[in-house]
Amino acid sequence: MELLIKNGAVFDPVNGIKGDKTDISVKDGKIVNNVSSKATVLDAGGRLVMAGGVDAHSHIAGAKVNVGRMMRPEDSRSGISPRTKITRPCTGYTVPNVYAMGYRYAQMGYTTVFEAAQAIMKARHTHEELEEIPIIDKGALTLFGSNWPTMDFVREKNMDKLAAYVAWGLLASRGFGIKCVNPGGGEMWGFGKNVTGLDDVVPSFDVTPREIIVSLMKVNEMLGLPHSVHLHCNNLGNPGNYKTTLASMELANQVKASKDRQVMHVTHLLFNSWGGTNWGDFESKADEIANFLNNHDNITGDMGQMIFGSATTMTADGPKQYANAKLLHAKWSNGDVELEDASGVVPIYYVKQISVHAIMWAIGLELALLTKDPYKMLLTTDHPNGGPFVNYSEVISLLMSNKKRQEEIKTVHEAVHAKTKLPGLDRELDFSEIAIMTRAGTSKVLGLLDTKGHLGVGADADISIYDIKPDQIDPSVEHAKIKSAFSSAAYTIKGGQVVVKDGQITATPLGRTYWVDAKVPQQHHDEMMKDIVRKFKNYYSIQLANYMVQDEYVSHPQVIKAGAIPVEVN
Amino acid sequence: MTIITDALCPFCGCVCDDLTIIVENNKITDIKNACKLGASKIMGHHRIKAPMMRADKKSDFKEVSFDEAINEAAQILFKSKRPLMYGWASALCEVHKKGILLAEEVGAIIDNTATVCHAPSTLAVHEKGLPSATLGQVKNRSDVTVFWGSNPVHAHPRHMGRYSVFAKGFFQEKGRKGRKVIVVDVRKTETAAMADEFVQLQQGSDYLVISALRAILSGHADVVPESVGGVPKEQLVKLVDTLKAAKFGSIFFGMGLTQSISRYKNIDNAISLITELNAFTKYVISPMRGHYNVTGFGQVCTWETGFATAVDFARGAPYYNPGETAANDVLLRKETDAAMIIAGDAGAHFPADSVRHLARIPVVQIDPYWNPTTEVSNVVIPVAICGVEVEGTAYRMDGVSLRMRKMIEPTLPTDVEVLDRITERVRELRGE
Repeated sequence: MELLIKNGAVFDPVNGIKGDKTDISVKDGKIVNNVSSKATVLDAGGRLVMAGGVDAHSHIAGAKVNVGRMMRPEDSRSGISPRTKITRPCTGYTVPNVYAMGYRYAQMGYTTVFEAAQAIMKARHTHEELEEIPIIDKGALTLFGSNWPTMDFVREKNMDKLAAYVAWGLLASRGFGIKCVNPGGGEMWGFGKNVTGLDDVVPSFDVTPREIIVSLMKVNEMLGLPHSVHLHCNNLGNPGNYKTTLASMELANQVKASKDRQVMHVTHLLFNSWGGTNWGDFESKADEIANFLNNHDNITGDMGQMIFGSATTMTADGPKQYANAKLLHAKWSNGDVELEDASGVVPIYYVKQISVHAIMWAIGLELALLTKDPYKMLLTTDHPNGGPFVNYSEVISLLMSNKKRQEEIKTVHEAVHAKTKLPGLDRELDFSEIAIMTRAGTSKVLGLLDTKGHLGVGADADISIYDIKPDQIDPSVEHAKIKSAFSSAAYTIKGGQVVVKDGQITATPLGRTYWVDAKVPQQHHDEMMKDIVRKFKNYYSIQLANYMVQDEYVSHPQVIKAGAIPVEVN
Repeated sequence: MTIITDALCPFCGCVCDDLTIIVENNKITDIKNACKLGASKIMGHHRIKAPMMRADKKSDFKEVSFDEAINEAAQILFKSKRPLMYGWASALCEVHKKGILLAEEVGAIIDNTATVCHAPSTLAVHEKGLPSATLGQVKNRSDVTVFWGSNPVHAHPRHMGRYSVFAKGFFQEKGRKGRKVIVVDVRKTETAAMADEFVQLQQGSDYLVISALRAILSGHADVVPESVGGVPKEQLVKLVDTLKAAKFGSIFFGMGLTQSISRYKNIDNAISLITELNAFTKYVISPMRGHYNVTGFGQVCTWETGFATAVDFARGAPYYNPGETAANDVLLRKETDAAMIIAGDAGAHFPADSVRHLARIPVVQIDPYWNPTTEVSNVVIPVAICGVEVEGTAYRMDGVSLRMRKMIEPTLPTDVEVLDRITERVRELRGE
């Protein structure tokens, strides 16, 4: 099948295209040099064309997402729409059902989304849901930061065994990369405790968060994984935590990247850029974090932007979630996973007139505006922690319009003036920078830039067309039009197929699931497995033979090869 | 002879995955490691041999072809204005997905066996959340284990051995000796007989006793009367001390709590107690789920529809309002005009008035086994046994997803095949 998109105002930063009228040729799901005269022609009519959106951090599938749905029928009751001839019924706002996940991302022009955390033992559940999310390509990051084998091999300083464990864990979970959440804290939460900084020792395992982070970065590069370590810092959500965040980011200097990308991605920085010592003197330290990023080239981050209104916090950071529930007097679910990690789910409502919430809202925007290189600060809402992903258009319009920001600032708690620098920031991002934060940058950070995030020959034919003519709009003034256009794509094309037209779903193909098959020397694998076998014999509550995710749960796999030994080139 | 190791048991919510199955000539000849309940299910009994139909409930069944039975089942659903599709707990998640799709297409109410079991727990989770953990976390850490209104010796025979009491774990090297076991129940069950402490309360006083424990825990023992629900205050104060002294405590509750007076409020209160105990030390709470995959239906239904159970598709979009849309609500109101009952036994477990209504309306049964539901059915479609003859997904009581093995080849179609064919036929009848 061939497709020719004509007259689009293309923004493709990877290929240096900034709004030029460029034709895009599509054949067999890929972007090609040219197509035959038989190709279907789609006239973009001067409208904005970008590569399909790529989200590097969103909680879209798995145990904790489903816990969120189960404990929040009030959320499922919002956003209900009946089935149609093409689509299944949709429910939910912060925790949509699987169908709404796929449709709503596609309707925003997004075509690839990565689930941010799965425990290996519950990965089968993650994949059951991913299999039912329509349209988009997807993958899931696997938790390693509090796993007993991780901590044992870190203590033994045996990077070969740790690398072998990570490779095996990615296979077992069909995972895409290393997620590390409040390293060491997941184990501490097993007895209701937590670590307070990088140098606390985890009892019984005799390792520190610092050692866990550095070791995981080392083996990530030994294995040459496409993505870097994806870090949720210790002390998340505590006033004054920016110091821990800066100290964690310093650790990146200890490891050299094996590829043209960062060695550490620090996620949802909104929740980790906090000054002050309590909720009274709480303030933004986004400038310190952005400054660090501006001066270091081996680290990237994402915003985790907050959206006023309802959100559902969900994270492997179990102790933080208990603290949240106590603070908010909110309902609380906890989900410890034996030998692996913790997790918690707590609903929250972000209110403009609460000073802390207003400051948090400003921090996310500060991070994006103060970080000079948009490749270093991706656009996320840490869905649904900062807010639901359907609000990305709100974030885009805020970043593109100082006028809109100043209007909003008038409506929120006055603390934003004294405690943040947002009111004085007049930077307005352009379409290229937005394309980087939502496409090129996310793809580069994930290590998928060969086929995702751009419109050059060989890329996947994932394309979005928005109902804006870039040469006829001033985003600074017409921010409402920007928001409206990015919330509902004129066209979304996934793998060469039109899946959305005028904001409506037109087709629901099943996307692919990315996972990484990393090879290690057999001897390292065998030695590592001796420890694993012992752990299953003595401590796990299931058999090793029933642990790994089977092929049946990944029906459309996209396997990326990696490894510590020479690997075949695809 | 084939030996299948690490096989999974399709009986109770423990989903033990260490069974060894010996198969000879497509017959299971021996089972190792399973409890009596699990072994009995796996060995099989009371199978329905062929599809059957009858014109009215008083006639005898006549054997028919699968085509005839499937056509009749589709006709019943197609003609119904208020169909109910109930059961699901003894089927795999792959079956649940097909069932929810069919419910959408015919505008049915879909509900599962939790409605007479742990659905009140789900209501409590709506109110309070669920601070829980996988069973291995309990095995490795729990030094105080409480069974409240649950009797694992009878209902979950290997729970205590594998996970909660006798099991040895990383921080619990001594197994039983390292754990304090407390049973709270209205009668001295066999589980209670093995406990370190038995708290016997009067029937229907669970809520009061939990409230008293919460009062004592929060430093208000002074407001607690000398006896609560038949339990002396002194024992309650001592119990709170024991609970607080745990390094990791776990509470497993059963139908003694969910199906006695106050129902979901009991669980709501118990979850609050657990949340408050976490201010002192680590605590988790878990429902003792009955059928091996009743948890799985809740999971699938939640990610597909946003709601765990009792979902009404009459308007094309999921509508959830237990009290209005649960199976017994529509049966007792005589609202349902046809029912499909699959992998669950409404005939045996529903209130008499609900079963009376089932006896009045067309009923399709899809099940491997002859059971009381068969007696009120018009169309009976036998299927292969999930987890014995069909592989697929089940969720253990703690939400851990597992893949059930196929032990022997089926001689009957699977639930998935039957549901697919009914759905196809319904579409044909609608002219699609």
